Amino acid sequence: MQTTEKTIADEQREWEQLTLLPFTARRPESREAFRTQGGAVLERVYTPAHVADIDFSRDIGFPGQFPYTRGPYPTMYRAQPWTMRQIAGFGTADDTNARFRFLIAQGQTGISTDFDMPTLMGYDSDDVRSEGEVGREGVAIDSVDDMLDLYAGIDLEQISVSMTINPSAWILLAMYLVVAEERGFDRTKLSGTIQNDIIKEYVAQKEWVYPPRPAMRIVRDTITYSAQHLPRYNPVNVSGYHTREAGSTAIQEVAFTLAAGIAYVEEVVKAGIDVDDFAPRLSFFFVSQIDFLEEVAKFRAARRVWARAMKERFGARKPESMRLRFHCQTAGVSCTAREPLNNIARTAIEALAAVCGGAQSLHTNGYDEALSIPSEPAMKIALRTQQIIAEEVGIGGTIDPLAGSYALERLTADIEKGCFDYFAEVDKRGGVVKCLEDNYFQMELADAAYDLHRRKEASERHIVSVTKYRDDSANPVVELHHADEGAADRQLARLRKTKAARDANAVSRALDEIVRVAKTDENLMPATIAAVKARATGGEIVNALRPVFGTYVETPVF
Amino acid sequence: MIARRAHRDLARAITSVENGIADYQVTAARLAAQGHRREGAGHAAIIGVTGPPGAGKSTLVDRLIEGFRANGETVAVIAVDPSSPFTHGAVLGDRVRMQRHAGDAGVFIRSMASRSAGGGLAPATRDAVRLADAAGFDVVVVETVGVGQVELEIVAVADVIVVVTVPALGDSVQTIKAGLTEIADIFVVNMADRPGANATAVDLKHMVREGKREIPVLQTIARDGTGVSELFAALGARRGAEDSNAVRAVRFELVRRARDEAVRHALAALDSPDAAAILERLRAHELTRNDAIDLLLPMLGGPVHAH
Amino acid sequence: MPIKVLVAKPGLDGHDRGAKIVARALRDAGMEVVYTGLHQTPEMIVTAAVQEDVDVVGVSILSGAHMTIFPKIMALLKEHDVDDIAVVGGGVIQEADIPKLKALGVREIFNAEATTQELIDGIERIVGETGRDRSRREAGAAR
Repeated sequence: MQTTEKTIADEQREWEQLTLLPFTARRPESREAFRTQGGAVLERVYTPAHVADIDFSRDIGFPGQFPYTRGPYPTMYRAQPWTMRQIAGFGTADDTNARFRFLIAQGQTGISTDFDMPTLMGYDSDDVRSEGEVGREGVAIDSVDDMLDLYAGIDLEQISVSMTINPSAWILLAMYLVVAEERGFDRTKLSGTIQNDIIKEYVAQKEWVYPPRPAMRIVRDTITYSAQHLPRYNPVNVSGYHTREAGSTAIQEVAFTLAAGIAYVEEVVKAGIDVDDFAPRLSFFFVSQIDFLEEVAKFRAARRVWARAMKERFGARKPESMRLRFHCQTAGVSCTAREPLNNIARTAIEALAAVCGGAQSLHTNGYDEALSIPSEPAMKIALRTQQIIAEEVGIGGTIDPLAGSYALERLTADIEKGCFDYFAEVDKRGGVVKCLEDNYFQMELADAAYDLHRRKEASERHIVSVTKYRDDSANPVVELHHADEGAADRQLARLRKTKAARDANAVSRALDEIVRVAKTDENLMPATIAAVKARATGGEIVNALRPVFGTYVETPVF
Repeated sequence: MIARRAHRDLARAITSVENGIADYQVTAARLAAQGHRREGAGHAAIIGVTGPPGAGKSTLVDRLIEGFRANGETVAVIAVDPSSPFTHGAVLGDRVRMQRHAGDAGVFIRSMASRSAGGGLAPATRDAVRLADAAGFDVVVVETVGVGQVELEIVAVADVIVVVTVPALGDSVQTIKAGLTEIADIFVVNMADRPGANATAVDLKHMVREGKREIPVLQTIARDGTGVSELFAALGARRGAEDSNAVRAVRFELVRRARDEAVRHALAALDSPDAAAILERLRAHELTRNDAIDLLLPMLGGPVHAH
Repeated sequence: MPIKVLVAKPGLDGHDRGAKIVARALRDAGMEVVYTGLHQTPEMIVTAAVQEDVDVVGVSILSGAHMTIFPKIMALLKEHDVDDIAVVGGGVIQEADIPKLKALGVREIFNAEATTQELIDGIERIVGETGRDRSRREAGAAR
């Protein structure tokens, strides 16, 4: 082996002298360095010498086997394609329910729910801070009555339901469980996900209510409750999507996300639960950006890093605890407002990267992503894009098809190393929550975002129709989703109706009980479920706990 | 009570002095003409808050606002952030932590870029404080830049100076030793729920004991308000004894003039033929830098330290 | 003397990447930038604009609530008698809404494609037009 490698390195030097240099002397390369979207510098060409430190059995191996580089399952898409899960949410519960039914009729196999900003931030629709935002960027959910209508007519034992919700996730989970109960479904058969990843909120997405420490306790309570009562439910979907969209590097996306995963595991293990009793239900969420090769490497690296971290840090024994499963969404920031139909091509490439990287479920963005929430035609083409990849391309016939590419394996190993370097730094700084409080992740992200922005402005990479091939004479008009101006009023009427019909004394007793529990170390879930059942609203529950938990104020970093 | 209108007029008055458009006398007279000079103006309590970056100064100031308002006093805050020495631009972010008072007409918050000034304040900070006082605010809080150096200029502006630090800021106690005992009226160890808080407080108390003045050392958690009532008690005690500040201000002014004099003297000495000869030997690589310093030091006339 | 800009993030959305990059770029262009932090109400933004006596308020909105938030900000600036402060906007704002916002008195909308240089030039131009130095005018009037 040793002599072969030397020979290859020698051969490369020879090639550079004899072939490359005379060629570039006549015709120089177009730029000095080629960087990936995520910021890594690419070699001109990769050879076996670049992957000499990578051992097939130790680092690559087989799908469904440690370290899971090639995929969490031994059959992957040969068994069934990924779950096609287009997110939807706007207006009132009825409006969104109609969109869900449309998507299911088009062949979608999972549901994903987008909530409006007030719901995400824990404000009711009648709160003064909600004005102008009710039902605008997602569906408005104030009480369990809304949740009942949101999933009306959908068999919750059959279809998995994902909810993109964070600081108020535990309340929405409680509502979901009450809906299941009132409709007679078996809790143990419910499959689905709440995002519930509060750590990345402080880093990137900025949806928060309480400071990090009480917020971590809430996440812990949802995980332990799920471990005991909801065997098929994913109580947290640790997310890198928002960090990357906010301008991080690919390494930061994976490193911060898996560091958050480690922090949740630590928190729950500290509460006395065996790692193998809940780790199998942790799931992840990454973006698929436009840089095809780097993205495929990123997904493979994420699986390998997680498997090693779970085994080495926590002594996980079950394979399910070590294999990382992830949802993927194509990159919103890669979409342009100019010539929006071009976004279909971008999204297709990103979706293909997600599939080559072994995603378990996928959302493809609508071509109108940069303009508004998606219209029905935009969503249909986005879903069709996935269906074309699944049915026509044939990429699922062999597992991890790009493995063994020198470039891909090198990038995979580099991302892995970058992650472990970050883990060491985080440990040195006193752990993830401490790093959040000290703005460590936030500062790392701010620097990367500014660097990315400057590279973008320097046109290191062109954006077609924006910085290159710009055609100001023709910007085709597309039909956009129109915000329904009546939706907010309809939602306010729904909320009034719920409040009028409920037993106000029962609500106030239930809220008192939540406050009592919050002051102890008991699990918040049972008291929250009781309050939701009594028709307490999300905003009422959130506000009741503000005096106990405090309110978070960010120290902005630039 | 402060009229909403006064906020606009005070804000514009501060801009005038900040941009050198009008001096303090003119702007103060204009404020008075606009009807914002209350009876008994010119008697605001002026509180300086200084300390290293990341010590939680703004959060503590937010707690001070809350406390003064609960006591019925109106509060103006002047928060200074650093200007870039290269572009002269600045990002002023201190008010983020005080935004919950935005609806309260009894609270006025103004950010100032330090512009070219050193010492933790902006050139116009002193005038801004006087204008806020003239406009009728009961308390004016000045938050210094906090770039980690000792910021002595605050002495010339504030009646009471709170020096904030946190545990585990490594060399923060060392930093404080470098001169803050001279200016502090109250030491606050903020983020006292972090490891090392007690040790930091003990270190500070030892240091205070070596000095001449009695300086309380308090522990707070500004984030949740722990220890803030003790800080108010200490502030109350200090506000009753403002004359001590006059002595301190004079001491500070004398130190500053002595320093300026020493600098002038040193610069003159370096122009002498003897000094020039030594520097020439340094240029010719006949001397090391340390040798040159050893030879030059005695010529400066000031105190000589071995290094 | 430096141009002073308030960079404001109203509404509930937390997409502050653009606002922060703008803040950093304006600082690097020699401006003094006051940042409000996230989740600001129009009242908080206008209070900050008044107290900081800025030349320009830059409002970044990606939540779709711009047609609710801008009218409130414009009305409050008038109410406080500081409607000589220029207001500009950025974020995700649909083409069709831009004329409506300009009719309200919003001076310029910088969409996501605008470069930081365009933004800096735009702000300098606007301040030049409105006559930076309201304070200079007023000082003159007082003399």
